[in-house]
Amino acid sequence: MMLLALIAVLFFGGLAAFISGRWHPAAPRWTALAALALEFVLVLLQYALTADQSSVWIADLKWPWISRFGIGFHLAMDGLSLSLVMLTVVLGFMAVSSSWTEIRHRQGFFYFNLLMCLAGTVGVFLALDLFLFFFSWEVMIIPMYFLISIWGHEDRTAAAIKFVIFTQVSGLLMLTAIIVLGLIYHGYTGVYSFDYFKLLGMPLDAEVAFWLMLGFFVAFTVKLPSVPFHTWLPDAHTQAPTGGSVILAGVMLKTGAYGLLRFVVPLFPEASHQFAPIAMTLGAISVLYAAMMAFAQSDLKRLIAYTSVSHMGFVLLGVFAWDLLALQGAVMTMLAHGISAAALFMIAGSLQERLHTRQMGNMGGLWTAVPHLSAMALFFAIASLGLPGLGNFLGEFLVLLGAFKVNMLLMALAALVMILSPVYALIIIQKAFYGPLRLPHPIADFSRRDIIAMGLLVVASIWLGLHPHKVLETTEPSLQQAMQSSAFTGSTDEQ
Amino acid sequence: MNSSQLIAFLPVICIATSAVIVMLTIAIRRDFALTCLVAGLGILVSLLALMAAGQQSPVYVTSLVRMDAYGLFAMALLLLAGLVVIVFCYDYFKDREGENEELLFLILTALLGGCVLVTASHFATFFIGLETLSVSLFVLVGYALGQSRSLEAATKYLVLSGVSSALLLMGMALIYSECGQLSFSGIEQYLAEQEIFNAMVLTGIVFIVAGVGFKLSLAPFHMWTPDVYEGAPAPVTAFIATVSKGAVFLLLLRFFLSGGGYSYVSMMTVITVMAVLSILLGNVLALLQDNVKRMLAYSSIAHMGYLLIAFIAGGGIESDFVVESVIFYLVAYFMTTLGAFGVVSLLSTPQSEAVELSSYRGLFWRRPGLATVFTFMLLSLAGIPLTAGFIGKFYIFAAGADAQLWGMLLVLIIGSGLGLYYYLRVIVVMSISQESGSQAGREAALARMSLAALVLLTLLLVWLGVDPIHLMSLIHGV
Repeated sequence: MMLLALIAVLFFGGLAAFISGRWHPAAPRWTALAALALEFVLVLLQYALTADQSSVWIADLKWPWISRFGIGFHLAMDGLSLSLVMLTVVLGFMAVSSSWTEIRHRQGFFYFNLLMCLAGTVGVFLALDLFLFFFSWEVMIIPMYFLISIWGHEDRTAAAIKFVIFTQVSGLLMLTAIIVLGLIYHGYTGVYSFDYFKLLGMPLDAEVAFWLMLGFFVAFTVKLPSVPFHTWLPDAHTQAPTGGSVILAGVMLKTGAYGLLRFVVPLFPEASHQFAPIAMTLGAISVLYAAMMAFAQSDLKRLIAYTSVSHMGFVLLGVFAWDLLALQGAVMTMLAHGISAAALFMIAGSLQERLHTRQMGNMGGLWTAVPHLSAMALFFAIASLGLPGLGNFLGEFLVLLGAFKVNMLLMALAALVMILSPVYALIIIQKAFYGPLRLPHPIADFSRRDIIAMGLLVVASIWLGLHPHKVLETTEPSLQQAMQSSAFTGSTDEQ
Repeated sequence: MNSSQLIAFLPVICIATSAVIVMLTIAIRRDFALTCLVAGLGILVSLLALMAAGQQSPVYVTSLVRMDAYGLFAMALLLLAGLVVIVFCYDYFKDREGENEELLFLILTALLGGCVLVTASHFATFFIGLETLSVSLFVLVGYALGQSRSLEAATKYLVLSGVSSALLLMGMALIYSECGQLSFSGIEQYLAEQEIFNAMVLTGIVFIVAGVGFKLSLAPFHMWTPDVYEGAPAPVTAFIATVSKGAVFLLLLRFFLSGGGYSYVSMMTVITVMAVLSILLGNVLALLQDNVKRMLAYSSIAHMGYLLIAFIAGGGIESDFVVESVIFYLVAYFMTTLGAFGVVSLLSTPQSEAVELSSYRGLFWRRPGLATVFTFMLLSLAGIPLTAGFIGKFYIFAAGADAQLWGMLLVLIIGSGLGLYYYLRVIVVMSISQESGSQAGREAALARMSLAALVLLTLLLVWLGVDPIHLMSLIHGV
């Protein structure tokens, strides 16, 4: 029931925000905040109630839905989904905070879309029926489309449509694969089912498995994104309003990584193993190529968008290395990147709100004008380049460590990013915050609300870096179980 | 004809009778609202008669008509669509000059043709039904006499429809010359006995498919569609897009399932080519449109192509699943198409049809309810979850995957990707801030009936998208 409540609170919160916008323009944001607070309490409660449980799945809910095709309303939560839901809620707060003053028009509809988007994302993290998973996967796209196309920046329409077409077309490939899985199950047992646990371990013809795996893989790597499917991301991130960028970069990209981790490798272990060299190569290319592209940008938000692609390349590497350390690294990168990218987008958003530009060429010397904002920018730029002691470092380190055993050459190449990432991170600081001040008139520094929001993210980032046990312990059982369920574990390493 | 056959045939009789009553009503008193009411009541009575007929089915009423669950469900679908169209017609025509009452009569005769068509089990009823439907449609398309576009569309439709009917008749004649049978079951029996491939029958089926392809506006027989859609009054367009196409498609499926058409593999190749062309051409041409009605016309070409995928799958998988897929998709398509054209007709004024994309600018902020309805309809056409269109698309994917039509599914995916672009473009235009748009002073009059129908359609659409199991089991019984 708790799991259903997690989705319902956001869903009805969104409706309430929409309706409350009718009687007062400021009401929707408070409603959204209240809904998120309730959601936060529920997640904590769920964690507290089940912290001592030894089983992998800490909550499970299964109702029949479309019985004609054996489709169930099946939600379940393990450590992995718990931490991702937690990330979603925290970044939900950040999105509301960064939209607090930025969004002035049609606030009701804005917060409605924001919460719907989050509800879809939570649905993705919890769904264990493949049909329900696809359903939520699609449901989270449309609100994001509205966020970008209505409240975005100058070139919003094209970016929004590009975003939807990329995700939708790749999603249909996944839908085909899902349906074929259901049909194969029908062939074996005479009944349809799209349930994760029933499809898990179903014997598949090698060739069929490979194509099905590819269907899922494309859908998830478009969302992740990885080269060569990444071209929608810089546009969408750049044009989205700050709140939208925070959700996109912080949470939505993680749904792709989650899908790879939860579905692609466990459902098709042999095919993924066979495909791993290609996937890892794509990951390594993403890491390096996006880092170089980031350095070449003059638009601050576009730069941050490319760093996301680079970091997500590590996740792809970690997942397909399929080694416990690398997997933990991938999860850690997902969480840490969610926090740092969200923070950077918030900073870029506040700069745009104040300066009405995203071009770093027009900034410069901001440290003297807005010291608090600049200090935060420095902190998260450094977090993003992977300073030891912060979450991002830990994630990338674990991925490199774990995957090194699997593919030495690729990891050696990918490690070169340790040189490239300081370059792009420091160029932000150099261009925007140092040097002579060029502003004709003074601008406002971070308000107290911004400081609190950013402070929380700083704490979270440091906590992930210095005290990762909590997260690693929470996610370890589910990762270990996923590894056991896939047959080839023993052949790659002896952990 | 015994009494149970008579009861089974009652729905068709009811419609024919109500058409006559409508004509008499007009003769006694010319009043548009009254005529609409009578016609609507006639349809409701026919729907009631359907329930009575359901007790008797399946039964042959002479060898011409077969009343079975399939036909009854199809009739109910057509009649409900007709009812919605009448509601739209009432609001659309009530403030217009001219004598609009005969419109209702024509809608009823067209429905009569459609109902005969979906229950036909014989070439005679096939042809009579199709012609009753088409002849009523010529007049309906050209009903707005003062407008040259409307006349042009009617002439175009008349000529092309005549040609397609001729093709159809030729096809029937060829098959008859070989089989000596006119009933579907007789043809199937004859074909089953034949060991070798029969070129004459194949040619006949090709002619029939070409003739039907015109009515369904499948590429390469699609040329008339955008002009007719654009020229006809919006409610009539809704009628053509749903009742006419749906009835013809359901007939085609029945003909193939009970007439043994699936045994001709080369026939399937022809239909596959038509489906692929329809999907690609329809979607690509829709991309280029700034006219909402033309865009919807091209998108309907593409949707008929999607539907053909399930149809083609019938060659490889069990027929029950094909029927279920096709009917569910058609139900979703009916609802969305009616809804979309309903919005167009609501926004139209006697002076101008709301066809230009620019007249939808800022609709979200001017008339949020209407824009929301339109958004749902477009999302359903695009096959996005939470709408019935998604479940329909799921069926098409399932049928295609079951029959292993991978190439077709790939085309379907490409088509859907293209489709998203133009559906979303309309939504974008609707969400552009009003401040930048021109202040539209001439708003269409408030139309409560149509609005209620639209809201009902939208609620149904979402309900079927979230909880489709009831409709599924209903169709599964068919």
